[in-house]
Amino acid sequence: MDEFADRDVDVDQPSRRNFLKGSTAAIGGGIVGVAGLATAAQAQQANNLPPNVPEWMTYPGDDTAHNPYGLPSPYEEHVVRKVLGTPKTYSAASSRTPLQDLDGIITPNGLHYERHHGGIPEIDPAQHRLMIFGLVDRPLVFTMDDLKRFPSVSRIHMMECSGNQSFTATGRNTAQELMGLVSCAEWTGVALKTVLEECGVQSNARWVVAEGADAAAMTRSIPLEKCLDDVILAYSQNGERIRPEQGYPLRIFVPGYEGNMSVKWLRSLQVREEPIYSREETSKYTDLLPDGHSRQFSFMMEAKSIITYPSGGQQLSAQGYHEISGLAWSGYGKIERVEVSVDGGETWQEAQLQDPVLPICLTRFRLPWAWEGEPVTIMSRAIDETGYVQPTLEALLDARGRNSVYHNHAIQPWAIAANGEVSNANA
Amino acid sequence: MRMRDGLLSAAIVLASTAAALADYGIGTPATPEEIAGWNISIGRDGDNLPAGSGDTVAGAEVFEQRCSACHGESGEGGIGDRLVGGQGTLSDERPIKTVGSYWPYATTLFDYIRRAMPLDSPQSLSADEVYAVSAYILMLNGIVDEGTVLDADSLPAIEMPNRDGFVLDDRPDVGQ
Ligand code: HEC
Repeated sequence: MDEFADRDVDVDQPSRRNFLKGSTAAIGGGIVGVAGLATAAQAQQANNLPPNVPEWMTYPGDDTAHNPYGLPSPYEEHVVRKVLGTPKTYSAASSRTPLQDLDGIITPNGLHYERHHGGIPEIDPAQHRLMIFGLVDRPLVFTMDDLKRFPSVSRIHMMECSGNQSFTATGRNTAQELMGLVSCAEWTGVALKTVLEECGVQSNARWVVAEGADAAAMTRSIPLEKCLDDVILAYSQNGERIRPEQGYPLRIFVPGYEGNMSVKWLRSLQVREEPIYSREETSKYTDLLPDGHSRQFSFMMEAKSIITYPSGGQQLSAQGYHEISGLAWSGYGKIERVEVSVDGGETWQEAQLQDPVLPICLTRFRLPWAWEGEPVTIMSRAIDETGYVQPTLEALLDARGRNSVYHNHAIQPWAIAANGEVSNANA
Repeated sequence: MRMRDGLLSAAIVLASTAAALADYGIGTPATPEEIAGWNISIGRDGDNLPAGSGDTVAGAEVFEQRCSACHGESGEGGIGDRLVGGQGTLSDERPIKTVGSYWPYATTLFDYIRRAMPLDSPQSLSADEVYAVSAYILMLNGIVDEGTVLDADSLPAIEMPNRDGFVLDDRPDVGQ
């Protein structure tokens, strides 16, 4: 057996990757005329096309485990999270999932949307504790090892920020910019019910206040009833330990409720009779209505959908067949049906749903479509298992005004121009 | 039938094992000191407010030194949110939501400043400093007078202008 097979010995071997880095640097540098480079690149491409032998077949590629933690192809470098504009501070900001570049329903961990209020702490799991106190018979402290000893549960769920889809989003054009604060992963942990029962919840308890170990000490109150239903204390995401940006080593995951409630870096749960009325459930995450009153404790994420192909910023390459594809979800449960309009909302066709169709989960839909080259407006609307139909923006603004900030789940239309360019039809 | 009976009794065994394990015996009792150190949440009735006090004059100094760089000399906002003004604008076309115009409880102000501010070094203020700077921000909003001293008794007694401005979630209000 080759004694070097499982070791990365040839650190210095020139590789295709290094070669590639070199050529992108040259393009980025812009020293050579752009036109000249384009022809050179085209010539090089042609060398790799039939009937020629592609250059990458003529020498061995990168060594096995060249990247012990694998990375996407350098050709996918543009598929990244994105922060909109220039926030006043990056410690209280958000980054968005590139929905238009992803297939299926699972968001890769490095692309899950982020929303932080006090930066991303680096926490040593050996020094992390979860304390449960308040209206319980036995206040307890748990280590991460303790929590992993409990029976585990894994479920695939979407998570969405209630600020996803702005009421005043001018200048946003791509699915990522407009609706990238939604992601989906398989979350593994222990059912909160199991851990709460270990502590013995007292009969007058109604709320559980979750607090994070970040610089914002993020605090949200969650109804006890929900905590005893489907809430998970999650330590893993898509099979690996939760990423620091998602709350490493522990987050509370509250399915179907606004993402802010799934408090990251979870360090304590206080069981109470009343909510705590934290800043995040009074000043923020409350929805101002036209009469000056605000909806409070508006947790549920209602049925929503978006077409991801063709979507804003993309370009239809040709007339003829295209598969319209998108995502639908609802905090209330499963997606029952998705309807697509290719005539600006005049008529609707039922899209195909891709299995699996899971509760509180992104659901992929598809519709075969032939584009005749005419300007059109396309859009989708989700119907969930409660029969709820996703509203138009007009209906939503009529009911909620423009100052709610949170919980805009309106239909997103895309305009396709005669030249195939796709853009935000609400712009 | 045999097979079914077998399955059934297997299921019963499983169920009773789970029941026997309902008390897992995992975790360590949390001591009162541990809880006191970590419980920084303040209820709207002032529950869990610490001892100490501070007035608007001391608060002006804390604000100047620790807050104004981000929130502006007089709370008009900057890197951090605007903290002052906007009362009576909530049903306007462009509402201004601040501590003074929007927040329902003064206790939340103490709770939030203590846990999260200043943004660059949270939990670095003493209880006296948090009382003082809370008093100062409320004074800038015309909610308390200059010289007001806040402590665990007087803070929860403050009536915030938007105290009754919140309604419970009554959705679905739109969609079918
Ligand atoms: C380094 C900049 C910075 C400093 C210094 C700072 N803040 Fe802040 N403050 C912020 C930011 C940014 C936010 C918004 C955070 C968020 O949204 O999560 C904020 C939010 C707040 C809020 C909530 C406003 C609202 O309407 O929700 C209050 C109150 C506040 N700060 C008070 C203070 C006080 C008091 C101090 C001084 C002791 C202080 N801040 C110092 C940056 C700062």
